[in-house]
Amino acid sequence: MIQIENLSKTFTLHNQGSAVIPVIRGAELQVAPGECIALTGASGAGKSTLMRMIYGNYLAASGRIMVGDVDVVAADPRAILTLRRYTLGYVSQFLRVVPRVATRDVVAEPLLATGSDLVAARARAEALLARLNIPQRLWSLSPTTFSGGEQQRVNIARGFAYGYPALLLDEPTASLDAQNRDTVLQMIEEAKARGAAIIGIFHDEAARARLCDREVDVTGFSPEQAA
Amino acid sequence: MKDMSPIDRPLLQVAGLSKYYGARIGCEAVGFELWPGEVMGIVGESGSGKTTLLNCLAGQLAPDAGQVLFDLDGIATDTVTMSEPERRRLARTDWAFVHQHAADGLRMNVSAGGNVGERLMAIGARRYGDIRTQALDWLGRVEISGDRIDDRPTAFSGGMRQRLQIARNLVTGPRLVFMDEPTGGLDVSVQARLLDLMRGLVREMGLSAIIVTHDLAVVRLLADRLMVMKDGQVVETGLTDQVLDDPQHGYTQLLVSSVLQV
Amino acid sequence: MSEYNFAYLDEQTKRMIRRAILKGLAIPGYQVPFASREMPMPYGWGTGGVQVSAATLTPDDTFKVIDQGADDTTNAVSIRKFFEKTAGVATTERTAEATVIQTRHRIPEQELTEDQILVYQVPIPEPLRFLEPSEVETRKMHALEEYGLMHVKLYEDIARHGEIATAYAYPVKVEGRYVMDPSPIPKFDNPKLEMAAIQLFGAGREQRIYALPPYTKVVSLDFEDYPFERTRAPQDCGLCGANDSYLDEVIMDDAGRRMFVCSDTDFCRARREDGHQGAMAAAAEALT
Repeated sequence: MIQIENLSKTFTLHNQGSAVIPVIRGAELQVAPGECIALTGASGAGKSTLMRMIYGNYLAASGRIMVGDVDVVAADPRAILTLRRYTLGYVSQFLRVVPRVATRDVVAEPLLATGSDLVAARARAEALLARLNIPQRLWSLSPTTFSGGEQQRVNIARGFAYGYPALLLDEPTASLDAQNRDTVLQMIEEAKARGAAIIGIFHDEAARARLCDREVDVTGFSPEQAA
Repeated sequence: MKDMSPIDRPLLQVAGLSKYYGARIGCEAVGFELWPGEVMGIVGESGSGKTTLLNCLAGQLAPDAGQVLFDLDGIATDTVTMSEPERRRLARTDWAFVHQHAADGLRMNVSAGGNVGERLMAIGARRYGDIRTQALDWLGRVEISGDRIDDRPTAFSGGMRQRLQIARNLVTGPRLVFMDEPTGGLDVSVQARLLDLMRGLVREMGLSAIIVTHDLAVVRLLADRLMVMKDGQVVETGLTDQVLDDPQHGYTQLLVSSVLQV
Repeated sequence: MSEYNFAYLDEQTKRMIRRAILKGLAIPGYQVPFASREMPMPYGWGTGGVQVSAATLTPDDTFKVIDQGADDTTNAVSIRKFFEKTAGVATTERTAEATVIQTRHRIPEQELTEDQILVYQVPIPEPLRFLEPSEVETRKMHALEEYGLMHVKLYEDIARHGEIATAYAYPVKVEGRYVMDPSPIPKFDNPKLEMAAIQLFGAGREQRIYALPPYTKVVSLDFEDYPFERTRAPQDCGLCGANDSYLDEVIMDDAGRRMFVCSDTDFCRARREDGHQGAMAAAAEALT
């Protein structure tokens, strides 16, 4: 489902003497449907950078990132938008929403974007929020004022609302209590079971052990290592 | 599931669009495609040519060179060379223009209902009752209470005026909306409400939109794609989050790093 | 007589005005710009109508002037005397005898014929002016037949008053093309705009002339669910008893006694001469 070949990434800082900073070189990765891969490596090794490149949020310097039959490296913005709408989900560490929008609608949005009707989308959103223990009285409020853990769960609900065939999870269980952590892990297992290809960053070793079929240490993709 | 399959051709195709003010460049050699349902942001600082570009795109300013092809029943029609009557008809049917200053986009001496109804009457609506019903419906959609329908916009707050302007523009179901700093001059809380409203309308109506703004937070929340302008030239384009999070051009890097983090 | 050219204006000016009139007749309802002259009377006193009359009159014409339907107001008398002096034409108060009638704010009750010309004094010729202050823009709107704005005006009327409250200068569409201001005639007169006589409109200050050839189609704008309605005071004329003419309300004394009388004084007089009598004819007689 996800196939990365010879991928590299550099940052060019035009306003700091055009310094060119290579961050990833020669990255290779395959994830099959129903498979969950953990990215590992020290902080700053490039786990999040790699994940953002797969999502099309960072541009690659060279190489290929196939998600389904789309090469994210070469695709135009429109193709990436379609990919993100129907194929590739991303649960980031930060919730970014239009202020004032009700939590229920924040979660329902990916469903509305793929053509669900409002009633069905809201029902699905509410079921997810309930499962993740977001109190019902908060559903009609904007999540911008929620605690870190609540925001994280809203973000997860939103990421799991639509059944993407491929999922990117950046620290989905950080800042969650034991019960909610378990619920999220179950949801990831369910996604695996329905055939989603998953790439995750988990600092939580037990979670990694429970979910992941393989671990990929991104330190191997760092330019120093490869040189 | 609703039929979400978009029409498989661009709504707008722009090529080589240039406008000069004497020796000074307004905008130069701008080209892009906009697809149905897409929202594109144009960002840049004051004087970067973004408003000139918007006015050239919307037929409010005659460019010195270039094409602006708009999809009319499957035929890409150059709106630069089309006759003025055709262009003006487009401007009140398929296009909409939301001005930064509501006073430029509203008739301040006409009631809210009359403002919303004008485009309907312009395309031939002749039943008062129907016009009134539609005006009420649209006031509701932009969250203006129905009992304000006979009040003039002079009695409205800045945010209400802007929402009225949107209702007035969208009542005829346009396909393309041009917006010039639509949230400029509004309080932050009012901006948020307007952004949410615009996002909802864009999705529900399948609108395409081109939004000119200098506010990067606005484009992050509204725009699918971004075009960065400097000195009349497009220096960078791409997915909105990609351009903001991984800017490639020095100017964009400067622009992004200059924003205060909240 | 010898100190004035016929009808005051010089021949070149009259030719210029006639060209504008002919153009106006060729394009019914279209506002033709013309080089309006200073006249020996202030703007607002009918300088546009006077110039059109001057360009229209011939020595054989019989001229009538009415102001709000009356032949005997200051304005009507002054203009009549002006042409008596400068053109030496015959004048009359009888509608049927006149060949050229200059009018302010009324169309005579008596049906006009193909041998007559009706000249209107127009204060503001642009019907779109109410909502669009830019002349450049209104001209473009006329050129492109963008008349949605006219209905906005009527919409505002209904929204505010529950009906189309515009009672005079009620906009019309001419031959399915130009929207035209019929000058501030009461909307009661609008249906009479389709007539046998030539109608010429002159706006002196605004420097515009427009025209309706005989039998031109003139439709009052309206909404399907708020159709155009011809309105008059629901009374009979106190003097002649007419129940189909446009009436003026006249206050008779300090106690607030009032009566309704025909605004068209010639029409009313002719009816009374024919023996018609209104309910208050005797009382009115006593007052005078």
